[in-house]
Amino acid sequence: MKILVCPINGPRSISEFAYGGEIRPMPDPATTSDGDWARYVFNRSGVAGVKLEWWCHTASGVWFVAERDTATDTVLQTYLYDAAGRS
Amino acid sequence: MKRLPARPGEWIRRDEVVRFTFEGQARLGFAGDTITSALLAAGDAILGRSFKYHRPRGPLSAANHDANLVMQVDLGDRTTPNVRADVARIQAGAVVHAVNTHGGVRSDRGALTGFFAPFLPVGFYYKAFHGKRLFPLWERVFRSMTGLGRVDLAAPQRTTPKRYDFVDVLVVGAGPSGLSAALTAALAGASVLLIDENMQLGGSGQYVRHSPDRVERINRLVDAANSHPRIRTLCDAVAVGYYADHWVAVDTPRSLVKVRARSVIVAQGGFEQPVVFRGNDLPGVMLAGAAQRLLARYAVAPASRVVILTANEHGYAAALDAIDAGIHVEAILDLRATPGPASRELASDPRLVGVHLATGVQPYEASSGAGGRVASLAFRTAAAPGRLHKIAIDGVWMSVGFAPAQSLLHQAGTVMRYERSIEQFLPQTLPKGLFACGKANGRYGFDARLADGERAGAQAAAGLGFGADVAPVSIAGEECPSHEYPIFPHPKGKEFVDFDEDIQIRDYENAVQEGFDSSELLKRYTTSGMGPSQGKHSNMNALRILARIRGEGLEQHALTTARPMFHPVLMSHLAGRGFQPERRTPIDAEHTTLGAVWMPAGNWRRPEYYAVEGKSRSEAIAAELRSVRTGVGLIDVGTLGKVEAHGPCAGEFLDRVYTGRFSNLKVGMTRYGLMLDEAGVVIDDGVIGRLRAESFYFTTTTGNSGTLFREFGRLATTWRLPVGLVNLTGHYAAFNLAGPKSREMLRSLTTLDVSEDAFPYLALREGAVAGVPCRLMRVGFVGELGFELHVPADYAVTVWRALLQAGRAHGIRPFGVEAQRLLRLEKGHMIIGQDTDATTTALEINAPWAIKMDKPFFIGQRSLQALARTPRHLSLVGFRLPPGTAGRVKEAHLVIHDGEISGRVTSVGHSPTLEYGIGLALVDPKVADSGLLSIRVGRTEMVEAAVTALPFYDPDSQRQRSGSSP
Repeated sequence: MKILVCPINGPRSISEFAYGGEIRPMPDPATTSDGDWARYVFNRSGVAGVKLEWWCHTASGVWFVAERDTATDTVLQTYLYDAAGRS
Repeated sequence: MKRLPARPGEWIRRDEVVRFTFEGQARLGFAGDTITSALLAAGDAILGRSFKYHRPRGPLSAANHDANLVMQVDLGDRTTPNVRADVARIQAGAVVHAVNTHGGVRSDRGALTGFFAPFLPVGFYYKAFHGKRLFPLWERVFRSMTGLGRVDLAAPQRTTPKRYDFVDVLVVGAGPSGLSAALTAALAGASVLLIDENMQLGGSGQYVRHSPDRVERINRLVDAANSHPRIRTLCDAVAVGYYADHWVAVDTPRSLVKVRARSVIVAQGGFEQPVVFRGNDLPGVMLAGAAQRLLARYAVAPASRVVILTANEHGYAAALDAIDAGIHVEAILDLRATPGPASRELASDPRLVGVHLATGVQPYEASSGAGGRVASLAFRTAAAPGRLHKIAIDGVWMSVGFAPAQSLLHQAGTVMRYERSIEQFLPQTLPKGLFACGKANGRYGFDARLADGERAGAQAAAGLGFGADVAPVSIAGEECPSHEYPIFPHPKGKEFVDFDEDIQIRDYENAVQEGFDSSELLKRYTTSGMGPSQGKHSNMNALRILARIRGEGLEQHALTTARPMFHPVLMSHLAGRGFQPERRTPIDAEHTTLGAVWMPAGNWRRPEYYAVEGKSRSEAIAAELRSVRTGVGLIDVGTLGKVEAHGPCAGEFLDRVYTGRFSNLKVGMTRYGLMLDEAGVVIDDGVIGRLRAESFYFTTTTGNSGTLFREFGRLATTWRLPVGLVNLTGHYAAFNLAGPKSREMLRSLTTLDVSEDAFPYLALREGAVAGVPCRLMRVGFVGELGFELHVPADYAVTVWRALLQAGRAHGIRPFGVEAQRLLRLEKGHMIIGQDTDATTTALEINAPWAIKMDKPFFIGQRSLQALARTPRHLSLVGFRLPPGTAGRVKEAHLVIHDGEISGRVTSVGHSPTLEYGIGLALVDPKVADSGLLSIRVGRTEMVEAAVTALPFYDPDSQRQRSGSSP
């Protein structure tokens, strides 16, 4: 079983975590076109590579960011969303 | 053939005789004997039958891979199928039968299949099932032919607990390299778990006994490992699977152990490989290692006169072991033209003086004698290929090479390469924290294996911060352990490559000719490597044959990855408890007392209705419903998700999550909340109340409560809104008290002013009910005057009983989910997930009053803006059924318009209040406008339903607002 490092609770078994999808910046609803908005809502990139992902340590409810290489399933680093200073 | 005098290090206990039966005949052995060793000692030669041709078979590996020696063992009232005779211990009173025989192992009528062999060509499964017409016939034939053993379907269900283990370094395999790796890592300071599939540590160091010095050194290593404080040892334990981050499944006799290691060292050795020649499957022909194991562990001599077929030093070692055991070695037949240095050194051992040694040997065929046992071996030599030599023997021991046990390495993602100098695959790139040593890493010399183990142990420990790293051990100068092509076709075939499935050389040739010419295709078409031993003795030779047919080097080929489990595992070791916990509300037992008939709702169980003696289900439900409409009813709604949101941003948070506006909600009031996803699809709804300026209390639907609460946390994080969210779903019980008499009834239980003026529709109050602190909400839940009461779970029973007691005078009745559904359907309330699906947008449910498009933002708002500019596809409308049709229209029946599907029924039921059938349908708005829905209720039957304005009952919703009669 895979181990994931929660920034608050440390390394824990993957069964304690829930995946929350890729972190994708939301376009400004006020200015974006219908087409761009639809692409944001419905399209996902399946290209293997390093992705920023939402993960939740379910026992404690901590949401954090994992940088994961989906080609090798290696997690490069995890950190709290606010600590990242980016969206 | 016979039991030898007591030998040092043997695994049997001669003072304890064990009696059992084999194929109906009494047998006895010693405690510690395997079925194989006891039967051989008793003189049995044929211990099993092959799978396809039912050929007689004896032991091949005696190392847990003898797929043809599979037994059905009955002990007491318990029968165990597919017991491996080569490793399973005999048990007193056991009744043992070989599986897969027709009429017993000695005279198996199935052997006739051999005669029909030409009609069972390679790929016969594929060919037989190619045509549809004969499919049923072949299916019957194959089902009767295939499968081993007999499962007792009446056997009680057994589950075993799973065990967990944590360690710095897990060493798999306790042979010379594994032992030295474990000790080195432990000495460096790491904690070590050393496991081995055998009953004792030592591996080949224990059963290759010709050198007293080596045996002594291994014994010292075993003693050191057993006594080192940082080493734990586990025997009779097979590492059956490698999973992410060094998580290894270890199967032990009693349970599965899930080992989390920080580093793993694979020292599993190698599977000795057979020579492929005609008759190589006859009883008495076996791997040299099998003979050595039988000699050393069980003191059983599997032959009296043997010939050794070899192509490495290990065959010479086996010859020495044979001589030490008093077995006559007729000849050592070396396939190589020139034996290597290590072999020559052993050949010069005084014990081998006088033993005939031939080189450049090409085995031709082995023949059987009386009793089916091998009686002679015919061979040629490269020097005189025209001359056929024949030796009379009763045993052929083969040692021509190894397939390294690299399954765990493969599963972990190791990149392999083929190394010509030792004719095997070697780990080229190992994942971090994974190490290989010994035969699995291409080191075959005794000292080289010890040194390689030290290297792996030091590296594994150093990677964890213990001690220093060391340099790799060179393989230069080693004698090649494996022959490049130990495969000798015979004009009449029966040279077996795969013993499990009886696959011969020409089967591979035919398969390649038919186009199945890669290792993956070849495997599936021939079923090579798909039997119980999973190709441990056949995959390497099959690959050599394939490469030669294609005229390629093995460098261009790869072995198929052996996926977990590496070895058969008992189902009871894998099966877990069904871990789908059912949630129950705090008053679950009260429902049972009241006669609840249960139904599942999300993870919960809820009363569908309360059974009443002498009344049918629908009568009971109608009575429950009428008591709500005319008197008062009580329902447990504790399964709702219950959440508090706190902080100055709580209102803004809810504004963004829900379609309505909550930042302007007055303290002490509630409002309906509708939740969408980013596509504008309806996903949840609930009631949101404001407790204080910066505190809200709200509900979500039963099924979504867990995932939604988690999502709230993610949303707050994304939006960087400091909101304190508390999940109170399990902490609070909730009841809905509904009906015209509810206020009057409630008044007797609380000091709170529940009058219309003090506690108006949609208000939220906190106060004591039956002496218990309670949150009360005036809701229109079922379309009557109603109060939703939320109380701490611990007090739930008290309040529930008090309510029923107080309501007795008013004819109170508890009602279940079905009455609730009908009550709400009468009011035209949709159920998310039933009246909507994963594509139903907020625009289609006709609830514009719940959606505040002028807010700066809410989830789904932008999509609704886009959707508003496009025509609507569906609209949720109510319909009324003509008399006598209510029972025929079902949910999911299609609405047909002009011969096309234009929608479907989502909810339907007979309204006891209105006394006609009502329902909701998602239909094309144009069809809805026509006022009539044609619902297809059968192949040709249609029901015409009139579109009706919602709600069906109390259209102005006067009853829930004031509690007055309409």
